[in-house]
Amino acid sequence: MSLSHGPGHALRVLVRKRDFYAGGLMILFGLIMSLKGPTYQLGTLMHMGPGFLPTALGVVLIFLGVTIAASATTVPEGEDEDILPPEPQWFAWACILASPVAFIIFGSYGGLAPATFACVFVAALGDKKATWMGSILLALLIMVFGVLLFHFVLQIPMPVLKFFGWSIL
Amino acid sequence: MITTALTDLWYGFGVALEPQNLMWCFLGVLIGNMVGVLPGMGPLATISILLPLTFGIKPVGAILMLAGVMYGAQYGGAICSILLNLPCHPPHAVTCLDGYPMTKQGRGGVALGVTVFASFVGASWGITEMVFLSPVLVRVALQFGPAEICSLMLLGLLAGSTLARGSPLKGVAMTVLGLMIGIIGSDIETGAERFTFGLTELDDGVELVALALGLFGMAEFMNSVNQQAEINTKYTNVRLRDMRPSREDIRRSIFPMLRGTIVGSLCALIPGTGPTIASFVAYATEKKVSRTPEKFGTGMIEGVVCPETSTHSSVQGDFIPTMSLGIPGDAVMALLLGALMIQGIVPGPQLISQHPDIFWGLVASFWVGNILLVLLNVPLIGIWVKMLTIPYRFLYPSAMFFVCIGVYAANNDMFQVGEVLVIGILGYVLLRLGFHPAPILLGFVLGPRFEENFRRAMLISRGDILVFLERPISAVFIALCAILILGQLYFRLFKGGKKTSGGEVEQPLAAE
Repeated sequence: MSLSHGPGHALRVLVRKRDFYAGGLMILFGLIMSLKGPTYQLGTLMHMGPGFLPTALGVVLIFLGVTIAASATTVPEGEDEDILPPEPQWFAWACILASPVAFIIFGSYGGLAPATFACVFVAALGDKKATWMGSILLALLIMVFGVLLFHFVLQIPMPVLKFFGWSIL
Repeated sequence: MITTALTDLWYGFGVALEPQNLMWCFLGVLIGNMVGVLPGMGPLATISILLPLTFGIKPVGAILMLAGVMYGAQYGGAICSILLNLPCHPPHAVTCLDGYPMTKQGRGGVALGVTVFASFVGASWGITEMVFLSPVLVRVALQFGPAEICSLMLLGLLAGSTLARGSPLKGVAMTVLGLMIGIIGSDIETGAERFTFGLTELDDGVELVALALGLFGMAEFMNSVNQQAEINTKYTNVRLRDMRPSREDIRRSIFPMLRGTIVGSLCALIPGTGPTIASFVAYATEKKVSRTPEKFGTGMIEGVVCPETSTHSSVQGDFIPTMSLGIPGDAVMALLLGALMIQGIVPGPQLISQHPDIFWGLVASFWVGNILLVLLNVPLIGIWVKMLTIPYRFLYPSAMFFVCIGVYAANNDMFQVGEVLVIGILGYVLLRLGFHPAPILLGFVLGPRFEENFRRAMLISRGDILVFLERPISAVFIALCAILILGQLYFRLFKGGKKTSGGEVEQPLAAE
């Protein structure tokens, strides 16, 4: 990267660099820490308050973030700098993220069996080769196995099936 | 001194061979061996899932089992590398280079057979080291005050983050992030709530299991979903008969085995350089020592034996700083330490004297476990290979369920399942930005103890920050930290260009 193109070009190149964002994220975390830390009482070095270490760590992280972002300029142009993978799997990611959500919802209102089924079923749909039938079968299998293992063997205190506050099993 | 160590070890065997403990150990190595083979399931995720399920059993049994998963997985990982050319487990990535060509020549069975034996040799040395070195370390460490503990932790954290994979700078940033996540919750001294954002569920801090499963479970699944390469099972038909090495193979393996052991045990002593580094260094050493370096990569048995031995020697050696000083070298050790703390056991130099059953039982269980693994591995390879054909689309949804139920079971709290979700997203973003999230766990586990000791040291020294340099032992640790940082800077600034010459060795990692 030559600097002869002026600062505008340098910035445009920088914005496409992965490390630039990596550093940015660290600076963000550092700022949260170092700005919120002092509100918890800093104390003195001898009697440190609860806010001392967070503030100090925040400052360190900002420094690290700046260094990481600055090192983005040394990465030669044209290297693999894409933040997203070559084939983004939005649907699969959504399915994986929805899986614990389904577990929470069905677990809170329906019990272990529906939670297990929903959790596995939703996650299984994310694969590009997944079929409805295959996902249902897998979810059923894991449900039976999960209930046997976690409810009857390990005795996790979660009703297998409940309906509006009524535990059926 | 040797006799006391041996008597203690004898006592340890008594603990490890109790029927219940033996069962947990067996279960641990069996599960470990299995997940070691499965691509996309690492020991980290497995230990985190099992962790909440061990709350109900006694601390000794729990730690024997979780440690068993750790070293059992190392035996499994080699199978994946040798038979399938899948570098899915970082410590075994380098084994692919010569292991897979051997398989293509129809000598995969021999490679596996020799590997099993070499692994046992490496592990045995690692354990021996632990038996004799830990008591010595402990005797020194018991003199440590808060200042020394603090500097030692600083050294451990720095080494753990800069010597691991990836950019050292990003590693340190991850450690600091881990320390920050460790701060969330009530302050130990004043009870002030920090960074809870008004959520009372966060008062007790972020749950270790949720953090580990978010980073190494969910983020990992998001990373590898729909990215699976076709598994080529053409060469996986290994019979027991094929595994017996010829006399020539044995002759060629002996010295690489010894060299691997030495490299591995040295790497174990330097905090932060875990099995992955050990195996790469071992391969490079072996290539340098060899009379026919040009033949490496074409199925040299030396290129399989040496890295595998060093991996195992290093895995066992990694337990030394973890168990005797309370300073974990990598994320798995941090997790095991976390498991101990959940059981109410304070890690540190006093562990050996306060809980001899745990320490010596663990050491003895390493022998037991490794013997079990050798016995298991030979007949079970066929079954493990069959398991490899389980498609990822069945594997990860099932694993998602285990993640959810595992986190829920930790405290019977649905909120923590939500924690996994948030941490999983964060972990994936960090992965895509080129961070390796392992040091987060290191910082998280050490964070609270670091803060406590730092405050105490400052209180004792009346606010004099120079206390860390005035006390000799502490000064040595700080000096080592400085050497570590300056060394990294030196290599980065002056040797940066030459690093790519090792590209050949780094290739399997890039394919990961």
